[in-house]
Amino acid sequence: MITRVDVEHIGWLASIKIEDDEKDKLVEQFNSILEYFHQLDEVDTEGVEPTYRVVELANIFREDVACPSLSQEEALRNAPRRENGYFKSPRIV
Amino acid sequence: MLMELREQLLSGSAEDYLSKLFLKIERSSLNGFTSLARESALQQAREFDKNPGKGRLAGVPIAIKECISTKGIETNCSSNILRGYIPPYDAHVIQQLKAEGAIIMGKTNMDEFAMGSSTETSCFGPTRNPWDLDCVPGGSSGGSAAVVAGGEAPCALGSDTGGSVRCPASFCGIVGLKPTYGLVSRYGLIAYANSLEQIGPLTRTVEDTALLMEVIAGHDERDTTSAEGKKSYLPIKEGVSGLKIGIPREYFGEGVNKEVERAVWDAINTLEGLGATWKEVSLPHTKHALAAYYVIAMSEASSNLARFDGLRYGLRLGEDKDWHTTFSDIRAKGFGPEAKRRILLGTYALSAGYYGRYYLKALKVRTLIKEDFLRAFKDVDLLAGPTMPIPAFRIGERINDPLSLYLADVFTVPINLAGVPAISVPCGFAGHLPVGLQLIGRHFDEATVLQAAHTFEKATFFHEKMPEVI
Repeated sequence: MITRVDVEHIGWLASIKIEDDEKDKLVEQFNSILEYFHQLDEVDTEGVEPTYRVVELANIFREDVACPSLSQEEALRNAPRRENGYFKSPRIV
Repeated sequence: MLMELREQLLSGSAEDYLSKLFLKIERSSLNGFTSLARESALQQAREFDKNPGKGRLAGVPIAIKECISTKGIETNCSSNILRGYIPPYDAHVIQQLKAEGAIIMGKTNMDEFAMGSSTETSCFGPTRNPWDLDCVPGGSSGGSAAVVAGGEAPCALGSDTGGSVRCPASFCGIVGLKPTYGLVSRYGLIAYANSLEQIGPLTRTVEDTALLMEVIAGHDERDTTSAEGKKSYLPIKEGVSGLKIGIPREYFGEGVNKEVERAVWDAINTLEGLGATWKEVSLPHTKHALAAYYVIAMSEASSNLARFDGLRYGLRLGEDKDWHTTFSDIRAKGFGPEAKRRILLGTYALSAGYYGRYYLKALKVRTLIKEDFLRAFKDVDLLAGPTMPIPAFRIGERINDPLSLYLADVFTVPINLAGVPAISVPCGFAGHLPVGLQLIGRHFDEATVLQAAHTFEKATFFHEKMPEVI
C-alpha cells in the first residue's frame, strides 16, 4: 500500500512538488492503479526473457563524420534565462 | 481522395482551397487545431499556384499533431510546461513531407504528452467529436482525427503509443495506421514512451494512408531504432481471395459494446464474402496487456519527461530558488494531473526495490504478448477485431476515473507491445457514432493490412458518410 509519505518521496524523486491537499487523492488513485498492475503477478514468467526492443535490430554503424549542428543562437533561442551565451540554471548549492 | 485533390489543385488554386479551410477552421467549434501556420502556408500555396512542381503531395495541406517538431512553428505537446517552444529543426517526417511539396497548415490538439484516449487532458481544453459535439474524439491524436473527419484538413499525422492514432480514427470514422515499430523515424517526435510509439497517418481513405506512408516511411540514421530499407505501398493490391484472417476470441464478448461487436462481425462477413477465410485464434495474454503496457509506458515517461525543467525551453517561474526546489515547482505547475500521475507512477515503478516487480515483470509479459502474435501469424495472414470496445463517450464522463479510461485501450495496446502494424477503418455505426474495424498484420507487412482495408473500403460506403457538422 502506498501512503502519504510514499507519495512525498516519489514526488521528490520525480522533482514534482506535491501540495498537501493533493496527497490523499493521489494515494487513493495510486493504490487503485497499482492494485490493477498486481495482476501481472499471476503471469508465469519463469525463464522468459524481457523484451527491451520489439523489432530485432543488429547494430547499425555509420561513418563518424562531423555534420552541421545548431548554432549557439539557435540552441539558446528557447531558453527562458541565458547569460553570456550559456543556459542560466538556478544555483546548485 | 488526395489524388483527386491533387488534380483539383492543379486545375484550380491551392490558395483558394487553403483560404476556405482556414475560414472553416475559424468558424469551427471542434477545437481541433491549436495553432495555424497561416502565413507560411498561404505563401507556399501561392508558390504552388505559380509553379506546382513535381512533389507527390505538392500543394496538399496537412495538419500535424502538437508533439511532432515543426521548424519555426510552436510545438508544445498541448502542455503548459512546453508552451512557447519553437523547434529549431524539423522532425524527419516533416522534412519528408516538405520534400514532396506538402503544406504544413497547423498543429492539432492532443492529450497532454499523448497521455490519454480522449484529448481531454490537453492544456487547450478538449477537442470535440464532429459526429457529436458532446462526445470526445478519442485520443491522444484527437485533434488530428477531428479536423480530418470534420473536413478542416484533407489529411493529418498523429502518433500512436498505445492506440493514439487508431482510437481517434475509430471514434471519428476515418482511417488511421500505426506502422510497424521502426518503420517511420521518430526523430523530432517528442518522446513519451519511446519503445512503443510510431508516427502514423490519419486520412479519409486507405489509399491516402498508403500515399502518406510512401512519403514518411524509410530509414533515418538519426533514429537508432529505424529499420533499413524503403518499401512501396502504392498501388494497393485489391482483393482478399485466399487471405486467411484470424479472429482473436479475446477481442469479443464481455466489455464490448453490442453494436460495436455487430458492426465488426458484419465487416468480417463482408471480407468473407469477398473471398477471405476466417478462423478463431487465441491471444491468451491479452488480459495482461493493459497492465504491462501502462507499467512500461509510465516508466519510460518518467525518464523521457525528466528533461522538462525550464532550463533549455519551456516554463520558468519567477525568482529562481535552489536547484531542486526550482525544478520541482516548475514541474508541479507545468504538468497537468494525468502527466504527473504517469511520471510519478513510473518513477515509483523504477525506484529501488520495485524495478523487478513492475518494470522487469512487464517487459517479460511483453515477450509473452509478442509471442502470442507471432504464434497466431504462423496460421493466419491478418487478425481482425474491434479497434475500440466502445464508441465515443461523452466529454467529462471518464476523466475523473483514470483506470476506467485506461481500460478502453484494451485492444490497441497489445499491438504496440508486439510492435506489429494495425489499421483502423470505418466499418459501421453504433447509434449515430462511428465504429472502427482493426486489422493487424505481421511485422513490416503493411502491404497486406492496406490490401484488406482497401478492399473492404471499396466494398462498403462507411468512409463516404460525413458528420452533419460539415
